Amino acid sequence: MEECKESSQKKWTHLRKVLERPGPFSHPEFEPSPDILDFILSTCKILIVGAGGLGCELLKDLAMMGFKHIHIIDMDTIDLSNLNRQFLFRLKDVGFSKAEVAADFVNKRIQGCQVVPHCCMIQEKNPQFYRQFHVIACGLDSISARRWINGMLVSLLEYDENDVLDQSSIIPLVDGGTEGFKGNARVILPGMTACVECTLDLYPPQVTYPLCTIANTPRLPEHCVEYVKMVQWSKENPFGVPLDGDDAQHLTWVHEKASERANQFNIQGVTFRLVQGVVKNIIPAVASTNAVIAGVCATEVFKLATSCCTPLNNFMVFNDIDGIYTYTYEAEKKENCTVCSNIPHPVTIEDPSKMKLKDLIQFLCENPKFQMKNPGLTTNIDGKSKTLYIPTIDVIEARTRPNLSKTLLELGLSDGQQIIVADTTTPTSVILKLVYSISDIEMKT
Amino acid sequence: MIKLFSLKQQKKDGESTPRTGNQKKASAAQLRITKDINELNLPKTCNTEFPDPDDLLTFKLVICPDEGFYKNGRFVFSFKVGPSYPHEPPKVKCETQVYHPNIDQQGNVCLNILREDWKPVLTINSVVYGLQYLFLEPNPDDPLNKEAAEVLTSNRRVFEQNVQKAIRGGYVGGIYFDRCLK
Repeated sequence: MEECKESSQKKWTHLRKVLERPGPFSHPEFEPSPDILDFILSTCKILIVGAGGLGCELLKDLAMMGFKHIHIIDMDTIDLSNLNRQFLFRLKDVGFSKAEVAADFVNKRIQGCQVVPHCCMIQEKNPQFYRQFHVIACGLDSISARRWINGMLVSLLEYDENDVLDQSSIIPLVDGGTEGFKGNARVILPGMTACVECTLDLYPPQVTYPLCTIANTPRLPEHCVEYVKMVQWSKENPFGVPLDGDDAQHLTWVHEKASERANQFNIQGVTFRLVQGVVKNIIPAVASTNAVIAGVCATEVFKLATSCCTPLNNFMVFNDIDGIYTYTYEAEKKENCTVCSNIPHPVTIEDPSKMKLKDLIQFLCENPKFQMKNPGLTTNIDGKSKTLYIPTIDVIEARTRPNLSKTLLELGLSDGQQIIVADTTTPTSVILKLVYSISDIEMKT
Repeated sequence: MIKLFSLKQQKKDGESTPRTGNQKKASAAQLRITKDINELNLPKTCNTEFPDPDDLLTFKLVICPDEGFYKNGRFVFSFKVGPSYPHEPPKVKCETQVYHPNIDQQGNVCLNILREDWKPVLTINSVVYGLQYLFLEPNPDDPLNKEAAEVLTSNRRVFEQNVQKAIRGGYVGGIYFDRCLK
C-alpha cells in the first residue's frame, strides 16, 4: 500500500511522463506502465562501486531519481583532500569509511532510501553478492578494479548447450571515468557488447621513464622524483619500511632528496605537490567533470532499468578543456577477447571417480572439437590457483606428473569446475567446464 | 538490445540461487600466464625455477651465457607477475650481483620492454630473450651502472677482465661481487 502511495506522489510526476507513455526514443519493446515506477521504487537493486568523486555524485543522482535499494562499496577512508568535491563528507568524517558515511548521509537526507554500505575490497565479495543486482555502476580510479568487476560479471553469464547466452544472466555495467577535464561513460552488456577487456588498449599506459634516463641523464623534475622512489629509497631505506605515498614524513624525505638531485642536474620545478603526484600517481580531479559523467551514468542506469529509452551505444567521451565536446561511438566486442569471448566449453564427465587427468588430456588431443597437441592445464580451488599439468617446463612437469594418474575427484575438481587449458593450437587459453553426469551425493559414496 | 525490465521483474532478493559451481573464475592474468608458461620456449642457456608449481606468477629465471663477456657466469632473475598482467609488465629483478652497464647494485634492470616499451602482446618469452640479449650485447649508451659503461666504451679488454673478475668473485672498482661461476 505504501508503495502505491509513494509512486503517486507529486515528486514523481516527471518520471511518470517518461514511464507511462511511449516516446520517439523509447526502446522498441517498451510497454509504458505504472509498474515501471514501482519497480524502480521497490524492487530494482543497484550497486555503486566506489564512493569517491564519481561515487558521491552517482549515489546522490540515483537516490534522488527514485532508486531505493542501493548498495555502495568502497574500501577507502575519507581524506581531508577529498572534501572539495566528495560532497557527502564533512570535516568530522575524515578518517571514517567513505561507503558508510556516504550511505548515512543519503539515508538521512532522502526519505525511504535504503543505502547499504560495504567497507571492503570488491575482491572480498563473492559471486552471490554481485548476482543480486540489476545494474552495477562504477566510479573507479583504477584499471585493475574495472577489470576485476568486468571479469566477475562475465563469469556470472549463463550459456545453454548451444553456447547461446541466457539474457537473464546479464548484469549491465555502467562505467564512468574522469581525469581532470576529460571523462568518459560507457555501457557494457557483458557477453553482448564490448567489455573492459575488449578495449583494454584504450587506457593510456602508465607514464614510465627509462630507468637509465632516471639514473644518469635526468631532464625533468619527474625523473628526479622517480630516481629517489626507485633507487635511493631502497638503497638508503630511511624509515626501514617500503615507501608509503600517504605518509607525510616519507614524502618530505623524497622531496628533499629529489630537490638535491635536481640541483645537481640544474633541473627546476621539484615541488612537494609534484612529489606527491609522481609517488602516488595522482590523477587530478575536477568536480564539474565528475558531475557531468555521473549524470550521464545515472541516466544510463535509469534507461537500462526501465527500458524507457535505448541505452548509450556504447562509449561516450567528454572533454571540456576548450569549450565542451562529446562524442559517442560504438566500441566493438573483440572476437578473441580473453574474458568475454572465452565461453567455457562444457565437457561431460561420466564418472569423475574413474576418469584420470591423463584421460582428460587424451580427450583434448583426440576430440575433433579440440585436437590439441600438448596442453597445459591449471585451475582454481578454494580461490587458490593450482597447476594440474604443464608438459613443457621440466621442473613443473616433474612435480605435476603424479597428477596424471589421479582421478578428477582425487584432484579436488568438482562439478562445474573451470579448467584453463593452454595449447599451441589456440591463440588464447581455452576454458573447460566440467559437467559431472552423476550427482554430488553419489560421488561422495 | 536487451530489455532489462521484463527480464528482471521476477528477480528479487534471496532468489539468487547459483546454477553453476562457485569456484572463482580464472582472472585474465591467470589465463595469459598459463598460456605464456606452457609455451615458454627457452634458449639452452636459460632455465626456470618454480618454488611452488601452483603459483605460476612467481618464478626465477637462470641465465648461463655460453658466449660473450659473461660466458661461464650464472645469473638469477626473479619474476613477479602481477594481477594486471599483461596490461602491466612483469616485475623483474636481478638477484645476482653483476658488473653490467644495464643492471645496478640493487638488481634493477634497464630493459626497455620491462618499462616504457612494454606492450600486452609481449610475453614472458620476449622478456627472457630481452634479458639474454643484455648479456650478449651490454648497452653502454643507456647505462644504469655508469662506471661499467664507461669502461666498456673506453676499453673492451679491461671491461672483459672486470666482468670475469666479478664473476669469479672479488672487488671491481671498489665494489665486492659474489662469485657466480656456473
